[in-house]
Amino acid sequence: MANSFGNKLKPETLAEIEKIIPRYPQKRSALMPVLQAIQDDQRVISNDAIEWVVEKLDLQPINVLEVVSFFPNYRQKPIGKCWVRVCRTLSCALHGAYKVVDILEKELGCKMGTTSEDGSITLEYAECLAACGTGPGALIDEDLFENLKPDDLGPVIAEIKKRAAGGVPTPTKG
Amino acid sequence: MAAKETRILLKHADDPNYSTSIDSYLAVGGYKMLEQAVTMKPELIRAEVKAAGLRGRGGAGFPCGVKWDLVDRKSGKPIYLICNCDESEPGTFKDRQLVHKDPHQLIEGIMISAYANNVALAFIYIREEMPKGARILRQAIEEARAKGYVGENICGSGYSCDIIVHRGAGAYICGEETGLIESLEGKRAYPRIKPPYFPAVLGLYNCPTIVNNVETLCNVVHICRMGSVEYAKIGRPNNTGTRIWCVSGHVQRPGYYEVAGITMGELLYDLCGGPLPGRKFKAIVPGGGSMKILRYDERFKGKNPDGSEYEYGVDDIPLDFDGVAAAGSMSGSAGMMVMDDSVDIMEALANLVGFYSHESCGQCTPCREGSLWAKKITWRMCRGDAREQDLDTLVSMAGNIGGRTVCPMGFSTTWPVQSYVGKFREEIEAKVRENKVGMRGDIRLIEK
Ligand SMILES: Cc1cc2nc3c(=O)[nH]c(=O)nc-3n(C[C@H](O)[C@H](O)[C@H](O)COP(=O)(O)O)c2cc1C
Ligand code: SF4
Ligand code: FES
Repeated sequence: MANSFGNKLKPETLAEIEKIIPRYPQKRSALMPVLQAIQDDQRVISNDAIEWVVEKLDLQPINVLEVVSFFPNYRQKPIGKCWVRVCRTLSCALHGAYKVVDILEKELGCKMGTTSEDGSITLEYAECLAACGTGPGALIDEDLFENLKPDDLGPVIAEIKKRAAGGVPTPTKG
Repeated sequence: MAAKETRILLKHADDPNYSTSIDSYLAVGGYKMLEQAVTMKPELIRAEVKAAGLRGRGGAGFPCGVKWDLVDRKSGKPIYLICNCDESEPGTFKDRQLVHKDPHQLIEGIMISAYANNVALAFIYIREEMPKGARILRQAIEEARAKGYVGENICGSGYSCDIIVHRGAGAYICGEETGLIESLEGKRAYPRIKPPYFPAVLGLYNCPTIVNNVETLCNVVHICRMGSVEYAKIGRPNNTGTRIWCVSGHVQRPGYYEVAGITMGELLYDLCGGPLPGRKFKAIVPGGGSMKILRYDERFKGKNPDGSEYEYGVDDIPLDFDGVAAAGSMSGSAGMMVMDDSVDIMEALANLVGFYSHESCGQCTPCREGSLWAKKITWRMCRGDAREQDLDTLVSMAGNIGGRTVCPMGFSTTWPVQSYVGKFREEIEAKVRENKVGMRGDIRLIEK
């Protein structure tokens, strides 16, 4: 029996999922884009979602769970309204990424690696974002912010706070 | 005379009047090569790519034409083409430029390569952290489809091929071609064992599959345009074409530079402006975080044609596959990280070891446990909590990872540990001896 999780999804998300699946030579290959579409819609991949995907793609629960648990960017805990990922890898670190993080933690009142209690901000480390020449870099939702200077973080902090306060984040289309 | 860039792939990328739209690309002669290619015999295009000497730009430098020759064309199974845009090797950001600034060049390269190899379905595997890139590519594919360059009956030739943009989800190991294939099949990205799983024979869905890097596929367009003979004149023999070097860290002008036939010194000084004021270069990681480090004051021995020896330094290293290999490292993904004398080398190592430990897929014990040990040991050395035997343990353990695992990622712990400790032993030993909390360098490179 199909579980009712699908009803929670926006119609566009459902339509997108229906479009994605037949494009692949094998149904199972659509697993990642389907999970991505769900996460963009819900900001989390819940147990209900997993069960729904199992049915949708004719898989076993373990097939979906193994993928959700393997990839760092699929989340079984909700992502905050604003998702901040600061690169910690060498090139960015050489340009002061850790100093940037110290300031962000303090100014945003959010500890690294956590989501703020009100669910507004998720602050995390990322590994190399392929933007090393303009480091330190951070991915804020869909947008890459580069050349973050420890002494000039005002605009970035304001932007994060704005997004954290402002309801719906820009969704990443699947 | 100061060295200059040779912009071929990036010719239009930074032109303010150029955009990612198909009109921009068509205005500079885009898709002409695809129109021409689909009237040719596929094997002729393959022969051109082989004759051009194009080597893979993803990391290993394997000749592209030879790879295409290995494809099993007799199995009767469909052949797939995958463009590897997982770009996640620390220090590398060239594919980002090609995808975000000139997506149609890549699509044309993919379509020509697909036609040349009788491929009916191609994929672009793009890392999750490039959401805009994925969107740009999807839009470009739709534009190209509307003009008959992707999809059914390409340029009226009767040949059809579609492209699917597939996003990753934050795992570095999806850059490794067989891990990528597993991921594309909807599974954990556990690399497959070779043999028997050489993608050219047993790849996606156990069908013959070609995996090529973004930059490699972009080059195919220009090989078609120039012809293999002209193309092969760029660079040195066995190192043909340009390469986009990504320079990050302590230089005046970090960035991406498309060059051919220059030396490392020319890149570092002429193009990147040399060290920061008052600083001296200390060390260079030439080809992405996995590669062995070079000490800036290191000397190498070369051989003249008459057999006599000569000495040269880091600045004299020819900036290509063979040049960097001769200096004992690898050009890898051309992600060059430069460190000056403000850096504590132990911390730099700890930072990278932290990366590889985070990114081990966990399938093989030596890589999973070894990289974690290496992280624990290097991090406690940095935190002033080292034990007497730590350095020896670290080196001997690292030597037991690379070569004993399913995929080459084992070396990503082995090579940095061996080369950093090998080349900076005194500095590291002194740090361990002092064993103080706090860092010697000016900048903190790992978490507290
Ligand atoms: C651990 C690991 C990570 C890799 N990451 C990438 C990557 O991010 N991008 C890439 O193009 N190749 C990467 N490669 C190399 C690929 O396995 C493959 O050789 C390459 O995509 C082939 O393309 P090329 O022949 O055009 O270079 C990686 C290899 C290993 C072992
Ligand atoms: S070497 Fe490491 S990354 Fe490669 S398959 Fe083994 S555990 Fe995975
Ligand atoms: S090291 Fe930060 S983007 Fe590459």
